[in-house]
Amino acid sequence: MNRLTRFVPTLLAILLGPAIANAASQQPVTEFELANGLKVLVREDHRAPVVVSQVWYKVGSSYEHGGNTGVSHALEHMMFQGTKRYGPGKFSEIIAAQGGSENAFTGIDYTAYFQTLASDRLEIALELEADRMVNLQIQDEKFAKEIQVVIEERRMRTEDRPTAQLNELFRASTWVSHPYRNPVIGWMSDLDAMTTADLNDWYRRWYMPNNATLVVVGDVDTATVKKLVKKYFGPLKKGQLQPPKERQEVPQTGERRLTVKLPAQLPHLIMGYHVPRFGGEADGAVDSQAITDKPATAATDEAYALDVLTAILDGGSSARFARELQRGQAIAASASAGYRGALRAPGLFTVDGTPAQGHTIAELETALRAQIQRLIDEPVSPAELNRVKTQVVADNVYTRDSVFYQAMQLGMLETVGLPWQMLDEYVDRIKAVTPEQIQQVAKRYLRPDRVTVAILDPQPMDTKKPRRPPPAGLRH
Amino acid sequence: MMKQISTWLTLLLMPATLIAGPAIEQWQTSTGSKVLFVATGALPMVDLQLVCDAGSARDGDQGGLAMMTNELLFSGAGDLDADAIAAGFDDLGAKVGSSVSQDMAMVSLRSLSDADHLQPALDLFTTVVGQANFPAADFKRERKNLLTGLQQEKQSPGALAQRAFFQALYGDHPYANMASGTEASAKKLTRDQLVAFKERYYRSQNCLVALVGDLSREQATTISEQLSARLARGAPAPKLETTKHSTAHFEQINHPSQQTHVLIGQPVVGRLEPDYFPLFLGNHILGGSGLRSRISQEVRDKRGLAYSSYSYFSPMRQAGPFVMGLQTRNDQADEAAGLLREELQKFITKGPDDQELLAAKQNLTGGFPLRIASNGKIIGYLAVIGFYGLPLDYLDTWVDRIEAIDADQIRDAFLRRVKPDQLVEIRVGG
Repeated sequence: MNRLTRFVPTLLAILLGPAIANAASQQPVTEFELANGLKVLVREDHRAPVVVSQVWYKVGSSYEHGGNTGVSHALEHMMFQGTKRYGPGKFSEIIAAQGGSENAFTGIDYTAYFQTLASDRLEIALELEADRMVNLQIQDEKFAKEIQVVIEERRMRTEDRPTAQLNELFRASTWVSHPYRNPVIGWMSDLDAMTTADLNDWYRRWYMPNNATLVVVGDVDTATVKKLVKKYFGPLKKGQLQPPKERQEVPQTGERRLTVKLPAQLPHLIMGYHVPRFGGEADGAVDSQAITDKPATAATDEAYALDVLTAILDGGSSARFARELQRGQAIAASASAGYRGALRAPGLFTVDGTPAQGHTIAELETALRAQIQRLIDEPVSPAELNRVKTQVVADNVYTRDSVFYQAMQLGMLETVGLPWQMLDEYVDRIKAVTPEQIQQVAKRYLRPDRVTVAILDPQPMDTKKPRRPPPAGLRH
Repeated sequence: MMKQISTWLTLLLMPATLIAGPAIEQWQTSTGSKVLFVATGALPMVDLQLVCDAGSARDGDQGGLAMMTNELLFSGAGDLDADAIAAGFDDLGAKVGSSVSQDMAMVSLRSLSDADHLQPALDLFTTVVGQANFPAADFKRERKNLLTGLQQEKQSPGALAQRAFFQALYGDHPYANMASGTEASAKKLTRDQLVAFKERYYRSQNCLVALVGDLSREQATTISEQLSARLARGAPAPKLETTKHSTAHFEQINHPSQQTHVLIGQPVVGRLEPDYFPLFLGNHILGGSGLRSRISQEVRDKRGLAYSSYSYFSPMRQAGPFVMGLQTRNDQADEAAGLLREELQKFITKGPDDQELLAAKQNLTGGFPLRIASNGKIIGYLAVIGFYGLPLDYLDTWVDRIEAIDADQIRDAFLRRVKPDQLVEIRVGG
């Protein structure tokens, strides 16, 4: 999982959907920029009297460096701890009194804050977000408590979940020089060592109107939104933005394998391959090990083919993994494929799974590799390809049931440096993908020399030893 | 500074915008299924749920039965096998789902609303629900996977805590059992039991149809009629036995985790009881409003003990549980669990103060439009309203009912219903 939230959200199911696979919508988007560099996207959607407001900052774990991992996420937590005008907790108190729901999330390429409100209350969210964009006050005693919360969050999400630990170590192994290797929540020792000074530096460096995008979707009038945005964000000064230094992943020139031994019940396997992102192109040579990520043209953008390839394997109950691995061969209790192309640097295509009872992790790996090899050897059938295309068209409609998710798509694209207009083209671009293109990306990127394989090898779980006596007075 | 505390401050003093719920139409099919329908034309899509009184509370001593029956509906029907059914839905861009709770079993369909997509999707869905035949090979495979799932649970302190918690809360009552059953019960399940369970509980009079989306009333009538007609006839499921009060219970389950998961609670309130509203509103203040709640303020904000700490009432057909929970570093478990009990005791004794009550009401009533802002959310309400027999104006009167509750009613409801000397506490950790 690549995204953390400030608290347990009810929207997790939506948040974890494929980044782009549910694309586009017919309502137009209005885009404008303030003199201080704040980019604003507004989409009117009058189905229900609600509005979502999201502020996206171009900062996340991939902006961090050794020793300060997790600082983007920790700062996200502290963004609720008050400004000069609105003291600790005041932001949430005001939004709550308006019936709003709010949260924030941090990913590898972004940090975002959102409020959902009755549509006549947008102004409140805008005033408060504008205030904390530049006026945050980080108090030592507040931070001392909040970093403990973050550490507990890490224990819950990672330390006590064997597959999450496997995933973290997998990412740290498949990336060597690129910061995508670091967990969003940060390594435990970095969290232990983090100070308010680290957070203040990070805040001053990245939180400014010219490093942010405001997205408003809902039952609003665009002209009114424009006025309100100018009123509250207009007075903020443009900041001195030092763009992040470009980091490149070193070429992978052979298979990497790791075994993680942990107390657990079930084995698990993850395989990953470096692949291009939307809008980024490899250097062209079919046998190249590097993904150089120069700007892609429509003709050379391979992300659409990768999206379709992923859906061929794992886009529904009739896709190959469910049909062949879970039902047909019954070799996998679970098997999934994942690709997220909406990133600011080349990402990963992954497959992972747990063997079914009576099958070994080695058998599962062989079966998964055979699935990959088949994509290289054979073009996908027209029936499979049509199925994926139909699903994309339908998902495009279903997505519009949620204003939140519409805003999420717009904000994410803008923040990773992709034009939001690609949402409008997405369905057509997917429809244009051919079996040959899918086979070509498989050939080019899903090669045995480019894979990282991570295996969770379950160790006995010691549950006998009582670690502490039960508390007095509770022994009933 | 006052200059900036601007126009919107006045909004705080205004009542919540008056928003009626969606217009719900309700009727019965000729074969006795209740139908709830909301027409929303803005998007060319339809959501359908078939909700049956076929939850895990109907398992008897065959733990896992309701869940397997529900999941395996899509494994074979008529002359279609699992692959054909899956391809049928996927080729139309339709989404199907299935889920089971203690009370309910649900099967859902989401489809585009134009006839070329909707009609074949509905036909296939109707075939699946009406003619599911539970192929033996699929049954065997899924039973194995159920066992794998049960094994996986053992590496999750949260899942272990849930299981022990419900066992201790409900003892002999059917709510005690997890929908996934146990290894022992799963191993004993047979295909014939699934067939019999389907026949007994997926009956037209024991199921309701909820529909939301781009449909006319006529279309909704036809769809629900066809679906209902394919189900078996016969008496609805018998009333569930009532739950008993829990007795105080403490259990530490050792687990090699860094955190201890704590659950504290007792069975309290059923979905139709009048006490539910004051308990719900009171709990919003105690532990139900995210980071603003008293529990989160004490546990997280003031002391940094946990990422997530909360309380809630989960109303069911019979008394559903009141739950307080958190997870914290093992050596902090006593302190954190103590805080949960302390906050509860304080709330029972003193109730909410006026300011808190006002804030909770503002939050809930002001946020009402968010609760019904999408087809996905509306159909969730239809399922609950229909299944439990809540009044059709439930959503229309929701805001007024919240507004009408005062602090004394909350204190009174907590005092009568929540008994600190009957609390069950489960801890899983090291």
